[in-house]
This record gives sequence, C-alpha cells and structure tokens, in this order.
Amino acid sequence: MTTTALPRLRKSRSHYPLWFYLPAGAVYGVLFIVPTIASFYFAFTRWNMSGTEFIGFENFALFFSEPYLFQGMVNTFIYGVLTSGLKVVLGLLLAVFLTSQIIARGYLRSVIFFPTLVSTVGVGITFTVLMDPEEGLINRALAVLGVAGPGWLTDPDLALISVALVDVWKGVGLATLIYIAGVVAIPQEFFEAAKVDGASAYQNLRHITLPLLRPATATVIVLSLIGGLRSFDLIWAMTQGGPGFTSDVVASVIFKQYQAGFWGLSSAGNVVLFLLVAALMVPLYWKLNRKEVEQ
Amino acid sequence: MLSTQPLRRTAAGAAAALAAGLALTGCSTGGGDDGALNILIDNSEATGQLMQALADAYTESTGVEVELELRPGGSEGDNIVKTRLQTGDMPDLFFYNSGSLLQALAPDQTLVDLSSESYMDVVTDTFKDGVRAGDALYGVPVGHAVGGGVLYNLAVYEELGLEVPTTWDAFMANNQAILDAGETAPVIQTYGTESAWTSQLFVLGDNYNVLAAEPDWAEEYTGNEAHFADTPAAAAGFEHLQEVAEGGFLNSDYASLTYNEGLAALAAGEGAHYPMLTTALTEIEATTPDAVDDLGFFALPGTDAANAGLTTWLPGALYLPQSTEDQGPAQDFLAFVASTEGCDAQTAGASVIGPYFIEGCTVPEDVPPAVAQLQTYFDSGLTAPALEFLSPVKGPALEQITVEVGSGIRTADDAAALYDEDVKKQAQQLGLEGW
Amino acid sequence: MRRRRSTGVVPGLIAIVLSAVVFLVPFAFIVLTASKTRAESALREFSLPTQWAIVENFMAVIEARDYMLLLAFVNSTILTVASVSIMVVLAAMVGYVMQRRPSRLTPLLNALVLAGLIIPPAVVPTIWVLQGLGLFRTLHGLILIEVAYGLSFCVLLFRAFVATIPRELDEAAVIDGAGPVRLFFRVVFPLLRSVIVTAVIVQSVAVFNDFQNPLYFLPGDTNATVQLTLYNFRSQYTTQWNLLFMDILLITIPPLIMYAFFNRQIVAGLTSGAVKG
Repeated sequence: MTTTALPRLRKSRSHYPLWFYLPAGAVYGVLFIVPTIASFYFAFTRWNMSGTEFIGFENFALFFSEPYLFQGMVNTFIYGVLTSGLKVVLGLLLAVFLTSQIIARGYLRSVIFFPTLVSTVGVGITFTVLMDPEEGLINRALAVLGVAGPGWLTDPDLALISVALVDVWKGVGLATLIYIAGVVAIPQEFFEAAKVDGASAYQNLRHITLPLLRPATATVIVLSLIGGLRSFDLIWAMTQGGPGFTSDVVASVIFKQYQAGFWGLSSAGNVVLFLLVAALMVPLYWKLNRKEVEQ
Repeated sequence: MLSTQPLRRTAAGAAAALAAGLALTGCSTGGGDDGALNILIDNSEATGQLMQALADAYTESTGVEVELELRPGGSEGDNIVKTRLQTGDMPDLFFYNSGSLLQALAPDQTLVDLSSESYMDVVTDTFKDGVRAGDALYGVPVGHAVGGGVLYNLAVYEELGLEVPTTWDAFMANNQAILDAGETAPVIQTYGTESAWTSQLFVLGDNYNVLAAEPDWAEEYTGNEAHFADTPAAAAGFEHLQEVAEGGFLNSDYASLTYNEGLAALAAGEGAHYPMLTTALTEIEATTPDAVDDLGFFALPGTDAANAGLTTWLPGALYLPQSTEDQGPAQDFLAFVASTEGCDAQTAGASVIGPYFIEGCTVPEDVPPAVAQLQTYFDSGLTAPALEFLSPVKGPALEQITVEVGSGIRTADDAAALYDEDVKKQAQQLGLEGW
Repeated sequence: MRRRRSTGVVPGLIAIVLSAVVFLVPFAFIVLTASKTRAESALREFSLPTQWAIVENFMAVIEARDYMLLLAFVNSTILTVASVSIMVVLAAMVGYVMQRRPSRLTPLLNALVLAGLIIPPAVVPTIWVLQGLGLFRTLHGLILIEVAYGLSFCVLLFRAFVATIPRELDEAAVIDGAGPVRLFFRVVFPLLRSVIVTAVIVQSVAVFNDFQNPLYFLPGDTNATVQLTLYNFRSQYTTQWNLLFMDILLITIPPLIMYAFFNRQIVAGLTSGAVKG
C-alpha cells in the first residue's frame, strides 16, 4: 500500500456513513431489542391487567413444576429435532435424486418446492381434514389397502409427530433446494477421478458428495431448527396443542398464557424459549463452524 | 371461559342473515362520532339475536341508532376485550360474561360502577352477585337464565322407554340400555377443532350436586381451603367423565367431532345425550329449526334423587367502560335494557327463552320442550349457580384437562389435582388472600 | 447418452407418481372441495364434484361477513408492500455499510443480526412497547414489526451481495463528486437489483403468509389480514367445507402466482443466500 493511497482510503470511508445504520437500528432496537430485554424483567413479575408485581423465580418454578408447561418444552425439543432431522435426510436424498439423470427434473423440483410458499394456516386446515380419523382422505385410502389408519391428530402419542410430518411436507422443498445448490457446486472432476478409481455410486455419495455438502447441511440444520423450535402457526392451526396438552410447544404455551391474561408467565415462556433455542443453537453453531474450518 | 364458548359459534346458515342485519356495522370502531351508540358484542348466534332485537326496539322508540360491532368468541375474544379495555379503545358499551371472567377484567380500574343507577333496582339479586366486585355493580343482564346439564334426544328415550334419570346410577343405566340397543351412541363428546371447551360440562355442570354435599364449597374453594382433589363431591365431575369414557359410552369419533357436528348428531339421533348448555338450543334452531322440538333437557344427576337440581349460568351483561366519554346515551340504553320493554324486545327477537333476571319480566307459554324442562327447575327452586358465578377463581386450562380425562390420557384423580394447580395460578394472578 | 436417458425414465416416472400423490393430491383436494356444493363437500371425499359450484362458492366467500375477505386482501397487500419496501431499503443500507466499512463495531453488529435470526420475539413486552407508542392494533405498528423481524435475513443477503460489487465503482463515483447518499442510491442500489428481487419475493411470501404476528399485534375483525380470516372463517364454516376451502384456495393463489413468475429468482436467491450465509 502506497502512502498516497492512505488518505484516499480514509476519505472513501466517510462515504460509508454510520448514520445509514440509524433507521434500521431505530426500528430494530425499539421493536425487537427493547422488548427482548424487557422480557427478562417481566418474566420475573406477576403481570396482568392490574399491573406488575415482582415475584422472583416463581414463573420459572411454575414452568418446571407444572407437567403441561414442562411438556411444552419437551415437545418443542422433539419437534425441532424431528423436523430438522427429517428435512436433512429427505432433503439430501431428494437433492441427490433430483440432480441425477432422470426425466421431469424441473417439474419434480417445482412440485416439491411450492408447498414452501403457501399459507401455513391453509396447509394446517387442509391436513386437519385429510388426517381426520374416519372421514379423512388418508385413512380412507389406507382402508382401501386394508390398513386401519391411526387417529393422526387425535391419538395423544401421535398428534405432535403428525404435525411435525406436515411441517416436513411443507418445508422439505427448501432443504432440497439448498442441497441441490450444494450438489451442483461440487466440481465434476471429483467424480471423474473417482470413476477412474472404479468407485461405486454409493462410494461417491459417501466419500465425495456428503463431505462436500457439509456447509449445506449446516444451513439446513440451522434454518430448520430455528424454524422448528419457534414453530407456532402450524400447531395452532392443526391441534391447538391438543388433545389435552399432548402437542403443546413453548410457542403455543406462550400464546395460551397470553390469552389467559397471564402476561408475566407468558413473558417467562419467551425467556424459556430463548434459553432453549440458545442452548441448542450456540453449541451447534460453534460445532458446525469449526468443522467447516477443519475441512 | 365456558360461558362464552358456546356463544362463539355462529351457526353457518343463519350467519348470512344475521350478517346482513349487522352489515353496516363491521367497520365501525371507537366512540359515537356519528351520533350512534356503538356496542361490541361476540359473534354468536344467541348474542346477535338478542342484541339486534334490543337495538331495533331501542331505535324505534328513541330514534337513536345503535351499531353492533362483532368480535370473535372464546379465549380469543376474551383477549380482545382485555386489550381494548386496556388501550381505552372500547366502544360506548360492550357485552361480556358475568362471573369470574368479569373479575379478570380488573373492573374497578376499567368499568363504570352502576350501583347507584336507579335502573339497577329491578335487576334481581341473583344476577347482581354475578356482576359484583366489592360494593360496586358493573353490568346489566342481556338474555335469560341458562342451564348446564344434558340435552337428550326425545325419540331415543321414547323408543327405549327410558325415563329422565335423577341419579348418576340411573343415568349410567340409561347409557347401558342405549348402548345395548346398539343404534345410538349414549353420550356425545366433541373434542375436535376449537371444541375442547365442550368437555368441561361434566365438571362445571355438577356444581349443584357439589353444593348439595358441601354447602360452603364456594367460599372454601375461593379461600384456598377446599380443592377439587380433596373434596369428593367436587372430584365427582372428573370421575363421571372418566366412567362414561371407560364404559365405552362415547361416540366413536369424539376426538375429532366439533361442537356443531355434535349438535347435529344429537338432533339426528346418532347420539342420545350431549352434556351442554341450553344456549346450544339457539344454535340448533338457527340451522335446523324443527330439531329443537325433538330435544329434551335434564340436569346432570348426582346421588340424591330427591334433590336433583340444576347448575345454572347467568347470562352475559352490558358493561360501560370508563373510557366512554359521553356516558349519557349509554346509560339511557342500559336503562332500556333493564326494563320490561327490554325483555319484551328480547322475547320478540328470540324463541328459545328462559327466565329473565329483570323483575316484572315474563316468559311466554309456548316454548320448546327442553326450555319447558329447564323452566321446571326454576319453578321448583332446584337451581344453583355455576362455580364461576360464586367464585372469581377459574383456571384457564380446564378444557384441556377434561379432554385428557375423556380421552383416557389422564385419570380423574390426577386431573382434579392438576386442575387445582391451574386454579392456584389464576388465584395468584388475581392477588387473592390465602394463595 | 441414450442409455443414460433410458435409465432415468423409470425412476422419473415413479417419482412423478409419488410426487403427485404426496404433493398434488392435497392441492387437488382443496380445489375440488372448493368447487362442490355444501352437501357434497360435507362428505369430504376426494372426487370430482357432481355439480360444479365454483362461482357460487367464490361469491359466497367474497360476500361473507360484509366483504371481509376483500378488506383483508387490501390490508394484507398494504402490509406486505409497505413492510417489504421499508425492510429492503433499510437492510440494504445496513448491509452495504457493514460490508464496506469494517470496524470495531462490526462484531457487535454481526451479533445483533444473528440475534434477530435466532431469538424468538418476546410477544407481550412487544405489545407493551407498541401500546406505549400508540401503535398497538394499528397497521402501521404491524408494518414496523414485520420490518424489525425481517431485517436480519435481508441484511445478510445484502452484505453478501455487496461484497461482489467492486470498490472501484464506488471510488469512481466519488471522484465524479457523488456524496454518500447519491453514491448509495444512484450507484450501488441499482446494482443490487437481483438480490433485491430475491429479498422482495422471499419476504413478501413470508409477510403475506404470516399468521402469528397479526394474531398478536393486530387483533379484531376490522383490520384482519387474510391469514386471520382463514382462521376466523374456520369457526364459522365448520359445516361449510366448500366455503372454507374456497377461502384457502383464494389465499393460496397469490404466492403461487409469484412463484410462477419468479421461480428462477426465488430458487437462485434462496440457495445462494442460504449457502453463503
């Protein structure tokens, strides 16, 4: 760098004024950062129409002692892990399949992707009807095959999983797309070299495609975990947490406490969700990034 | 929450007609800038009929326009009422539940005390208890007494030669007989989309029997001295639900059936009993008018045949928010509602009627059979209010808990204990003594 | 070449059939049910309507509740257009300066951006803030909420893209006498076109389909968004499946049209942004 370049650099810096941060920062700060910080205060209060009263950790004690609030936390974890796991596996398989030499590739990619774009509530209501234990299309089709279909949304052991499956149905297209981009970016030379070595298709997948898709996997996991842990729309549209509390997640618990007028407890739910997300995401982020570096 | 919930459904067929009646009102919010009186009501058939009748009669006699603004029912509606009260964004008047739901609105901070108004003199004491907080009274009743018991199909009873049961054992025997006959599901339950609230009737509708066994139940419950789990009479409601479910008496599609479908199944004779509030009759009438004459009604039976009484719900009321700037026209409308002219207008507008809570109001003779049966409980004095009108404490999660009992996910004992925890949460929120 | 093609036919055909069953049947079910009469739709069967009532159902849904659906479409359109425009401009400004001017602030800004992606918004305290500002239950308030929640994703997109624009362009403009505002809006912003299209489409779909935020921050019938009408109509239409599904159909159409027109940009944008980010 020459001495004449320095003043020019300094001068050009001022052409990127810091006040460009201001408008976005104001909206973001007031409507996102302030409420997030405030939630840490309100979570320690009994807050309802009559006002606020500081009560220490009582709200959190409730969350961990009441079986149905605690169940919401467990369900959130199950839902997040199940949906992102399935999206990784199915997305990867579909991407490998859809980048191979088959007919109607464009059509298949479109069909798999477009549920991503439609209304979650609309999908939820539609599948609630399709999954009806007696009148639903799914169980009627199974009955034709001689199988007695389960109560997808009415069986307490199954309701959460059924909603998670619909979530995967709706979201697998995005995962597939990300993987397709990853697969396409793999240089063909790798496969040609492998061909010379006489590698099988499985070996190609195992030793070339999978390792090189690690960044795409990281993206899919992070995106779908964030989405899955915060998921509300689909669950609310399909089961509203039922039957009973069996498919409640933290986001639906927060909404129910809000509706009941327990605003402090609802805010505590937000803090719990925050901690749950952070506890899962931070180590994951760290691990995924480190692996990328090692690569 | 229960008492708003049956009102939440707008029966589809009549909704269009009702919507036409309310057509011009959808977009109006806030105070009476155009000189009209604005009132926020829930979007149920029952409330819509009554309020429209009152509004029309009032406009006719005074020339003052009344505009009705609809809101959703259920816990979502509760939420809207709370936030609009809080933000001072309420119309001149609003319709809302009496009892424990009113207490959750912090009425001393948000509503105008009506106790010194002369028109309150004709409101019966029974009702006043449901809109009282301290010395203040907040609401004027719209509508009539509602019973919480069992709606049943008259044809099924006639065919099998059954009699109206006055004890729980007799009820279970009837269920067995209906099951054995093999045509009809003895008890309808509906836990489908947005219908979980219907599961609460076994517990909430049993309050007459609880009070018969434990006269001080309501006070002790409010004071954290008695609980569902440690009061056998109170736990019985949960046990009854469990017994019915375990006896195989439920309709096979209970888990996915909705409230409206349940009413249709009862009217069609696919189910014999449906534990429900009598407001459901208004919904049935709106969709299938003839079906109302095929239905009967009895109280949820307890242990004593000689003391088979009914748990009753108070109707909702009109409240005057403190944020209303010009209270004169609103007060005038309230005076009209709390008068015999008001009752007559309601009687003319709705056909399913029960006793009014305004002194001097009368009920016509020709009523559907279920309403006549409802009336006999009042005539013989065998009624007691539901717990939510005797105590400010009602847990918000009861409907999920009773769904779990009815679905066999949770035992009755466990459910009663869990509901006590839920109640505790609510009591602490209200800042009650002793919790 | 010919051999390869023939191997792709059988798995391709299987995939077409499977995808049709898994992905197209639910949509066909929506369309078919929306076209049936009330009585026939109550059977909830997957069959062609014996009597097509698509126009009648369409009119019935539009007219229901005093044209509430039309009002909701207007609300949703205003919400989507306003929030996405603001979001894109603000995020582009941030992403541009962040990329061009690394400083001690940068790690903090990165953390804030990531926080916006990961942290679930605290609902009730947000309502409390909105009430304090007089923005609760207003469309303006909801617009700003959507802006705040969508900023992070857009900033990431823009920052990545600005890196591909050579600095020499900036310097040339500066030498021509452009100030910072003109430099950005006249020179850099137009160059961001392709990523702007991506951000607009992705965020439009997200805002249009948003259910949770209108549910919390814009309650009430009078300013319902389309997603809320769907939810509200459901209680009303429990016995009128044809109308409920007509409503679903109408609300599903705008994003599908978007997809049909901008298929390539969506795919390109989502993948490049996601993989790089």
